[in-house]
Amino acid sequence: MQASLDQKYNFEIIKWFTVSAVIYLVVGTAVGVLIASQLAWPVLNFDIAELTFGRLRPLHTNAVIFAFGGMSLMATSYYSVQRTCGVRIWSDKLAWFVFWGWTAIIVSAVITLPLGITQSKEYAELEWPIDIAIAVVWVAYTFNFVMTLATRKTKHIYVSNWFFLSMMVMITLLHVVNSLAVPVDMFNSYSVFSGVQDAMIQWWWGHNAVGFYLTAGFLGIMYYFVPKQAGRPVFSYRLSVIHFWALTFGYVWLGAHHLQYTALPDWTGSVGAAISLAMIIPSWGGAINGMMTLSGAWDKLRTDYILRFLIVSLAFYAMSTFEGPVMSAKTVNALSHYTDWTIGHVHSGALGWVAMVASGAIYHLVMKLWNTKMYSESLINAHFWLATIGTVVYIIAMWVSGIMQGLMWRDYDQFGTLTYTFAESVAAMHPYYAMRAVGGLIYWTGGVLMLFNVIMTIRMATSEKSVSSAATATA
Amino acid sequence: MSDNNQTGPIQYKFETNVVAMFLITLGLVSVGGLVEIVPLFYLDETMEHNQHKEILWDRQEGQTLNDWQAGDGVRPYTPLELMGRKVYIREGCYLCHSQMIRPFRDEKERYGHYSLASESIYDHPFQWGSKRTGPDLARVGGKYSDDWHRLHLEAPRSVVPESVMPNYPWLAKAPVDAENTMKHMEVMRNMAINPAPYTDADMASVAAEVEGKTELDALVDYLQVLGTMVKFDENKDYR
Repeated sequence: MQASLDQKYNFEIIKWFTVSAVIYLVVGTAVGVLIASQLAWPVLNFDIAELTFGRLRPLHTNAVIFAFGGMSLMATSYYSVQRTCGVRIWSDKLAWFVFWGWTAIIVSAVITLPLGITQSKEYAELEWPIDIAIAVVWVAYTFNFVMTLATRKTKHIYVSNWFFLSMMVMITLLHVVNSLAVPVDMFNSYSVFSGVQDAMIQWWWGHNAVGFYLTAGFLGIMYYFVPKQAGRPVFSYRLSVIHFWALTFGYVWLGAHHLQYTALPDWTGSVGAAISLAMIIPSWGGAINGMMTLSGAWDKLRTDYILRFLIVSLAFYAMSTFEGPVMSAKTVNALSHYTDWTIGHVHSGALGWVAMVASGAIYHLVMKLWNTKMYSESLINAHFWLATIGTVVYIIAMWVSGIMQGLMWRDYDQFGTLTYTFAESVAAMHPYYAMRAVGGLIYWTGGVLMLFNVIMTIRMATSEKSVSSAATATA
Repeated sequence: MSDNNQTGPIQYKFETNVVAMFLITLGLVSVGGLVEIVPLFYLDETMEHNQHKEILWDRQEGQTLNDWQAGDGVRPYTPLELMGRKVYIREGCYLCHSQMIRPFRDEKERYGHYSLASESIYDHPFQWGSKRTGPDLARVGGKYSDDWHRLHLEAPRSVVPESVMPNYPWLAKAPVDAENTMKHMEVMRNMAINPAPYTDADMASVAAEVEGKTELDALVDYLQVLGTMVKFDENKDYR
């Protein structure tokens, strides 16, 4: 059975994407723990330019979003598109090009960002030669995916593929426009846009890197892997149709809510905020759709640790897609903007939703690809709890520090003067910054357990395979 | 959930045709960006200097960048300021310091007059930031002495004990290169959108302006000009 599947589908490429994703999760969160610690204990900057917060923070975001997130998306999309279309990936060669191309981009990011080679646009820091490489590899990734869909054996395109496709289309558009720059030399360039227009374009990119890369793409994962792991069809087809079209049309508008009360015209921020509020509906529709897929099989949560990852990730998805619209309401945004609350919100999405759903999918993939059980079930369970507790510790620390910052900055004493200096607000953050670093460390430990578990599983599977083929040979 | 599984004719079309699916998705995701971004390039109200001419520096024939006085209006950065800004970008200062003051009472008292879009007209890319781990810097110019800035950049905790900012001891050791500065100015001068209006005289002055200067000098110069360009009238509503 497995042998024929191996021949029919390209599993080999998926294995490389999958293992890379696990490695980058550990690396990316390790950098995160370091920079979180630097904010609590600035001595950890070591007076070394390449290790300062300002240079490592882009490395952290790029490593978790594009290295871990990218490898996870490529593994899951290329796996599920083959399975749902009943065909092999359109081009093996192009798939390998995507893998090595993306790996080369990650390596160049690891080298250039600590050297201070940056365009300074958040989550789009990489310099122009790397930007061109990203565009080429991303289009190759998209083309191979679309061609696989075009050669499918099924009549309908399955819902997970809609989400993957809309991510690919949107990210191409965003990346190309936001990265338009005039080079000074190989390692320096300046955005062609300036000031207010540049700000709007950056956050159009910034929020949709979240909305499409980290949401639509990972919803693609949810729509394939939750039903597979639960062994049940998606709860409601109609809900997934609404979820998809509303998200695809609506998410694009949200970027403006990052710029409320700034020099961006008021109308733009207000449009962004209004649509942000409306986005609760498709987001919760999608979360409910995923969770209710389990209806009638809730007992599986007791025994299936992978399912736990998937379902808890949906709980975090629901929570952060409620929190987001709240934070984009103008009165709340007046307090929350510029504070750690934003950082907390991002991490409830990134740690709780994105990384949890990807972890669940990765465990599922490892067992399918190597046709085996995981080396240790209890390590999966330990990872699950470390990930959940780490996320909760992290976001509580940031809620408290963020709201405290917002309140301290606007506080007046009885004489009508500002109560606190800025430095006092910085000092007040110390315990929460320490707590955040601990939360991150807990989360990272879970990632290390997953890496160990995956390595042991692969070793076990390959030695079993060689034993069984040796047995066949002697027989 | 059988009643939930009926496909309408339009949905059926997209779901069974990958080209249709691709095109409709491309169309749908383009709308929001077009509506929110494109008008910013042509609506006059977006930039305040269209209503209030005095916001931009009205440079007279033959004036050099050094003839500009604080409050004369927004001007392009001097060669040294521009290289200081490059250091600001390289070190990721924008990750912890915003340059965008919002129109609130507390922000006005803490940082100064709310920021205008026209004030960052020459900022390729914008440096508004998104987070205040440290204070806003939009109007930090002139608030502290050059000496304070030098001490603070070399060792922040020597002047602000609560600070969590890294030390930047390497800036004072790195010279600013004139040839390199020229290249950066050329790019800014030739931008298709909002180019920096440098004159040939400005370009010719580069070598003399950056002679013997370090990255620390450049960064301090940049910080000291932030927010000092426009002279605000408290009775005027700029937005």
